Amino acid sequence: MDTALQDSVTTPAKKKAWAKRWWLKPLVFLVALIPLVSLVYSLLTGQLGPNPIEVLTDETGEWALRFIVLGLLLTPLRIWLKKPWPVQLRRMIGLFAFFYVVVHFSIYLFLDQQLDLAAIIADVIERPYITAGTVAFLILIPLAITSNRRMVKRLGKKWQSLHRWVYIAACAAVVHYVWLAKGDRIEPFVYLAIVMFLLVVRLKRVIA
Amino acid sequence: MAKIDWTKLAGIRSSEITDPALFARRRQIMQASVALGLSGTIAAPVLAKGENGTPLNAKITKSELSTDEEPTSFETATTYNNFYELGTDKGDPARYAKSLKTEPWSIVVDGECDAPGKFTLEDILKPHAVEERIYRLRCVEAWSMVIPWNGFELGALLKRFKPNSKAKYVAFETLNDPELPGMSRPVLDWPYVEGLRIDEAMNPLAFMAMGIYGNELPNQNGAPLRLVVPWKYGYKSIKSIVRISFTEKQPPTSWNKSAPNEYGFYSNVNPDVSHPRWSQAKERRLSGDTSGLAALFTSKIETKFLNGYAELAGPLYADMDLKKYY
Repeated sequence: MDTALQDSVTTPAKKKAWAKRWWLKPLVFLVALIPLVSLVYSLLTGQLGPNPIEVLTDETGEWALRFIVLGLLLTPLRIWLKKPWPVQLRRMIGLFAFFYVVVHFSIYLFLDQQLDLAAIIADVIERPYITAGTVAFLILIPLAITSNRRMVKRLGKKWQSLHRWVYIAACAAVVHYVWLAKGDRIEPFVYLAIVMFLLVVRLKRVIA
Repeated sequence: MAKIDWTKLAGIRSSEITDPALFARRRQIMQASVALGLSGTIAAPVLAKGENGTPLNAKITKSELSTDEEPTSFETATTYNNFYELGTDKGDPARYAKSLKTEPWSIVVDGECDAPGKFTLEDILKPHAVEERIYRLRCVEAWSMVIPWNGFELGALLKRFKPNSKAKYVAFETLNDPELPGMSRPVLDWPYVEGLRIDEAMNPLAFMAMGIYGNELPNQNGAPLRLVVPWKYGYKSIKSIVRISFTEKQPPTSWNKSAPNEYGFYSNVNPDVSHPRWSQAKERRLSGDTSGLAALFTSKIETKFLNGYAELAGPLYADMDLKKYY
């Protein structure tokens, strides 16, 4: 069954089930905005410390990764729970992941590098962790553009193979995090383990 | 809920703002002087630096080796630290400062020297006159500060232990207390160790600090005694020293053990030698009072060879390929 089309509410039964959960999407939308609101609030109240660019970069990057992981979790969750709602949230979670990636990338471009093109190009070419991060960002652009219902219908089967690229983006994002950490930090490897686990779960299904 | 401080957001430094009580008092004096028919402006009093610290009980002399750049605020220098024994977050060292016990404190001096021993902190500090050295501090993470240290030259301390002719290097070790919150995980191979070549250690720039901004060194900055080597990346300036050893062979150093291709023994500030994962060409100067929006729009500055101390420290490396010996 094409899980990509799960999101489109078609049959009357599905419509009814969805109507009962009318509050779910608005709630998730508001919750997903909390990290942004709290960062802006902390910034305006001077709570980000003497190097706010560093904190903003780290935090938005970590939230982007969390949303990517959460997005990957939704399909297995639907299977484990035997409930449709996780997949109904998939587009929104995916778009929030993209949103936090865009904020993260913009902070790097405009605040950290102040649009110093030479430095940015050198970074992307010479710094493997920045290359990995850029790759993840570039992959997510077409996925975000084709996330609406019309594109799902229009692309048909191609849509799913296109959106499988999210696995590569997730891997690139985790590699980006692992490579930039200084010292023996545990957090990047926790994300690496989660992403690997979610990929193995999928591969097992494909092979089985 | 914290209040939004609009003056901070606008980038107005707190030192530019008059304390309200002072303002009222000045106003009274002005009114009184007007009433008395006096005129002329009243000079604004210089606000004491180092609020919230314990002032050092010593006469502090200024040094010609100090930079005249604007120092980072005391608050920033004491709340944004890398001191992994207390945690890896920049705020952890200040947050968990109390878990570091500095009393009693003693330092073991051993190895290739004629006057080794175990010394109390008092023994170590007593003979030295206290100087102020305002130095640039360049972190390997590409940020920097300007910090007024208080202390004395490392060379003057080391000479007291009479290093012998085999003393080619000097090694330092940080307190190893498994109770410290950052030491429960092997982020680095504890205890933290550092080292210098003996001629580097004898360079007049190499400094031992027991204070900052005229205050006792706060725990998060490496109390009670730490090294300051201004031409090297910050991690060479080892904190909370418990052992000093003179050695014939180059001693191991913690970051080098952790990632030898990224952190060398020398670790001299050098804009032309990139860290394998990031550029060292520029740095973000953390000036302090800019914890609002102003800090978002300040440009990075160019990093200088040997952190701008090439005149005094440069001759140490006259015949060395610093790309190889990074």
